[in-house]
Amino acid sequence: MAEKKSLKATLLDPILANNPIGLQILGICSALAVTSKMETAALMSVSLTAVVACSNLFISMIRNVIPSSIRIIVQMVIIASLVIIVDQLLRAFFPDVAKQLAVFVGLIITNCIVMGRAEAVAMKTPPLPSFIDGLGNGLGYSAMLLMVATIREVFGSGTWFGMTVLQTQADGGWYIPNGLMLLPPSSFFIIGLLIWAIRAYQPEQEEAPSFVEADSAKPLYSTHGH
Amino acid sequence: MEYYLNIFVKAVFVENMALAFFLGMCTFLAVSKKVETAIGLGIAVIVVQTITVPVNNLINGFFLKEGAALWQILGVDIDLSFIGLVVYIGVIAAIVQILEMVLDKFFPPLYNALGIFLPLITVNCAILGGTLLMVERDLNFPESVVFGLGSGFGWSLALVAIAGIREKLKYADIPKGLEGLGITFIISGLMALGFSSFSGISL
Repeated sequence: MAEKKSLKATLLDPILANNPIGLQILGICSALAVTSKMETAALMSVSLTAVVACSNLFISMIRNVIPSSIRIIVQMVIIASLVIIVDQLLRAFFPDVAKQLAVFVGLIITNCIVMGRAEAVAMKTPPLPSFIDGLGNGLGYSAMLLMVATIREVFGSGTWFGMTVLQTQADGGWYIPNGLMLLPPSSFFIIGLLIWAIRAYQPEQEEAPSFVEADSAKPLYSTHGH
Repeated sequence: MEYYLNIFVKAVFVENMALAFFLGMCTFLAVSKKVETAIGLGIAVIVVQTITVPVNNLINGFFLKEGAALWQILGVDIDLSFIGLVVYIGVIAAIVQILEMVLDKFFPPLYNALGIFLPLITVNCAILGGTLLMVERDLNFPESVVFGLGSGFGWSLALVAIAGIREKLKYADIPKGLEGLGITFIISGLMALGFSSFSGISL
């Protein structure tokens, strides 16, 4: 029973409590670049979740025979092979979207979520928990990605997965699309604000201030009076 | 000459790796707390990028792409471009390792300054991204040298700039939940907007 619960926790924790993007600062590059449309974001999420889960599984299976001095290269080769499979599959079945994702599928190799989980979890834990951990982190990444993509696509072009949500003025509706949402920098603002929202909900994630005013620098009595 | 200058300027400003393509963001956000470390990492990235992009360009031209030089000489029809990803990342990992050893042996002060950043660079997506963009655009060898230098330089410029801002920012009074990562994201967004005004420039 305890085993089951911990598996469930491994799966669900990374989605909100320990989100790879929001808290661990991992895998941000692709989160910013592929989120202007739901279609690309969804495909990217599925690809990354598959890669991180499988790489965790395979690396964990051979973790006892990898010499620690060359482990990075071994991990890289496993991850790169998985990414090649995903890349070829996407090109075969979703050629249009694969073209839009361009180099970002290849960049899953250096996505720090994959490497980070391989190093932190897969090298130390048995295959099943590693697999679940990979799946959980992939889902955490996907949750963030889909949230950002939803905001950007709905407000930027008035659609969601290509379906009209807010009818734009160009189509005879009332909504004037927010052009900023289509520009890549908007994803920075959205993620920044999402992090703020998550931390408002879970204050234990807040960072300690990096600079604290010395007591001696403070005025001895308040200038505003009492 | 003008043509190469154009590629350089484009790689530094218009297509800035960090702020236009969002590559190497994890390191960008994690190692930008101090200007000093940012400069160290920046130099390391420029060096590695200037070496890996041309080397991968040669490998791509000689072995991997369709109609590559070696297979044409041998008269066989082989297209190995699908294993590109494994080869590129292997080359990058190997070059970083070799660079580390060379620096350790011949330039110990430089090794001490850059040492801790070098292993980080293997997993920096700006490096692999540079190579993949080079392959996608089908650059020739001299172009790839200039592109490698320019993209590395542009990334480092952005890194040092944000580190400078963050050093000042720590004295600011920021809402509790926004402190640290949150505000850094928003600043990067503003910087990216600023850099997007470069788009369309060509010499």
